[in-house]
Amino acid sequence: MTAASLVAVVGNPNCGKSALFNALTGLRQKVANYPGATVERRSGPLLDNANIELIDLPGAYSLTPRSPDEEVTCKVLTGTHEIEQKPHAILCVVDATNLAQHLRFVVELRDLGLPMVVALNMVDLATRERIAIDSKLLAEKLGVPVIETVAVRKKGLEDLKTAVFVALSNPLTKAMSFGNSIKQRQRVAQKIAADVTLSEGIGHKTTRILDNTLLNPILGPIILFSLLFTIFQAVFAWAEIPMEMLETAVGWLQDFFSSILHGGILLSFLNDGVLAGVGSVIVFLPQILILFFCILLLESTGYMARAAFLMDKLMASVGLNGRAFIPLLSSFACAIPGIMAARSIANEKDRLTTILIAPLMTCSARLPVYTVIIAAFIPNETVAGGFGLQGLVMFALYLAGIIAALAAAAILKRTVTEGPSDTFMLELPKYQSPNIRYILIGLYERANVFLKRAGTIILISAIILWALALYPTAPEGATRPDIAYSFVGIIGGWLEVIFTPIGFNWEISAALVPGMAAREVAISSLGTIYSLAGSEEMIEAGLVSVLNSAWSLPTALSFLTWFIFAPQCLSTIAVTRRETGGWKWPIFMVTYLFILAYIACFFVYQTASALL
Amino acid sequence: MNLLSNTVSLLGTLPKGTSGKLYAFDTIDPQMVDRLREMGFAEGLLIELLHQSPFGGDPIAVRVGSMTIALRRQQANLIKVQIV
Repeated sequence: MTAASLVAVVGNPNCGKSALFNALTGLRQKVANYPGATVERRSGPLLDNANIELIDLPGAYSLTPRSPDEEVTCKVLTGTHEIEQKPHAILCVVDATNLAQHLRFVVELRDLGLPMVVALNMVDLATRERIAIDSKLLAEKLGVPVIETVAVRKKGLEDLKTAVFVALSNPLTKAMSFGNSIKQRQRVAQKIAADVTLSEGIGHKTTRILDNTLLNPILGPIILFSLLFTIFQAVFAWAEIPMEMLETAVGWLQDFFSSILHGGILLSFLNDGVLAGVGSVIVFLPQILILFFCILLLESTGYMARAAFLMDKLMASVGLNGRAFIPLLSSFACAIPGIMAARSIANEKDRLTTILIAPLMTCSARLPVYTVIIAAFIPNETVAGGFGLQGLVMFALYLAGIIAALAAAAILKRTVTEGPSDTFMLELPKYQSPNIRYILIGLYERANVFLKRAGTIILISAIILWALALYPTAPEGATRPDIAYSFVGIIGGWLEVIFTPIGFNWEISAALVPGMAAREVAISSLGTIYSLAGSEEMIEAGLVSVLNSAWSLPTALSFLTWFIFAPQCLSTIAVTRRETGGWKWPIFMVTYLFILAYIACFFVYQTASALL
Repeated sequence: MNLLSNTVSLLGTLPKGTSGKLYAFDTIDPQMVDRLREMGFAEGLLIELLHQSPFGGDPIAVRVGSMTIALRRQQANLIKVQIV
């Protein structure tokens, strides 16, 4: 289907563009990356008409790019992009409640001479704010069709599809020039907006009321901090039941294989290799989904921009700006979307700094590690204030990551990424009730990525590790567990020399190697190593109690500390290489984090050993 | 126009709660002014300093027409406001 027509969906940030794109394409969208570039390419066929391909271009305020993101939008629309073909038509999304501002971009786009359809979006909000717009007159003034839509309620979509289809079949659209400078276009946009607006409106009352509380000098920071704290408690509390169910299912499968296979190499492969490895990672899907749910929820309501506003001063103190807060918060879910989100930062040095510290934000892949170790070593008690001690320790680990990240940023900005930093300028969008569709699509994508990893990288590492742990077999009359004689035991033995000062035994040292593939693999590797090394009772008791009896508390604390800084997973290294355009920065990142991790673990282990 | 000059202030110097009309942009940094225009600042629009950061009062959140924009006081000082 190379004859398909390409339609670019464009608009200012916060115009509801993504919601409209989701409504028009459904779940059949593809997310890819422009090769060599740092920007995600989101595209999908139009519902009911697969011959029309929609591409969701990054939100932009004008055709003068201010960030790598906006540069793609600009290049694609002007037909100068290296890979993307020039679109056959533009679908420009405009916020009906903010017409004058959004029309300025429309006016600029009209100069390109591409067939165009304007979606006058969020007309329901406009009505609620008592804004009345004459969309027919607007269409006349702009010389292109204007369709009223409510993306989140799928209103106006049929008319919009028809209009796009008609626009594509009349490719000879006359360009219309409204002026060359931004000032001129601003005037024109204001004039048109004033002419087509029948009543002015009263503004968004809810936003004003909410902001008075959420940006209040005292309440604002308290609410932000409480929100973050609640999210981390929720990740624990809500995930408990589904996690237990998944654990039971894995155990049931292992029992089932044992009952039909009666020992042998195949049973070991299935139970100790595949199920012990993949199973111990799959269990964390509920936690990851809950964390992403919370982040997508905050994004979808418009609160995220407020968080950036509240955090700007703090970020400024380490040489960054409030915008860096959003990629860093995403990094709590996974460093990869976080590092990619950093491309919204215009300043190159600021962007690089943000990328370099993003892995210090505790990503969800480290949750499995924290969860298991905390469950094994921290008593499940309630302390003052009704908070669980385990949740509190988890919060402290997250906090340690944040503090380390800020300190690292401050040092980096004064040394390797020195340079003038960018100012903070951000639109605070109107609050909206969360868009469930947006959240569900986001969750679906994350779950998909996670399960794919579990089915590929994690499965393969689990199998390789299982084989390495089994061969070579132990000699006759061996006194230590068989695994100590295997490749894993041998490699672990080498690494143990390096890691003994920070309290790691050979089992941990060996597990860190496959842990490079993906951090959560470290836990599945421990599962594999101990299940092959241990007795039957130990396997049945599960990894938590195995670790509890096998490790000292200083070792456990040192292991937790290691994962605050944790050497990066391969995917993070790969994405950093792509985003920074070479090996220099990923190598720098891995080195500085490894050194940081080692020093911190040494300190924690030696102190804890001396005190306990 | 000089009659007005005593009521014209720089946006970045104003306290929270002040409102007025956007009177003009400073010409010393045309690139930053373009960026301010892109964000939605334009002559004649109603301006209100709605919020300021709990930490040191910088950045500020400003209502411009029907939008709210957060920016630092240094850049806000490129905007001259006629206080009403």
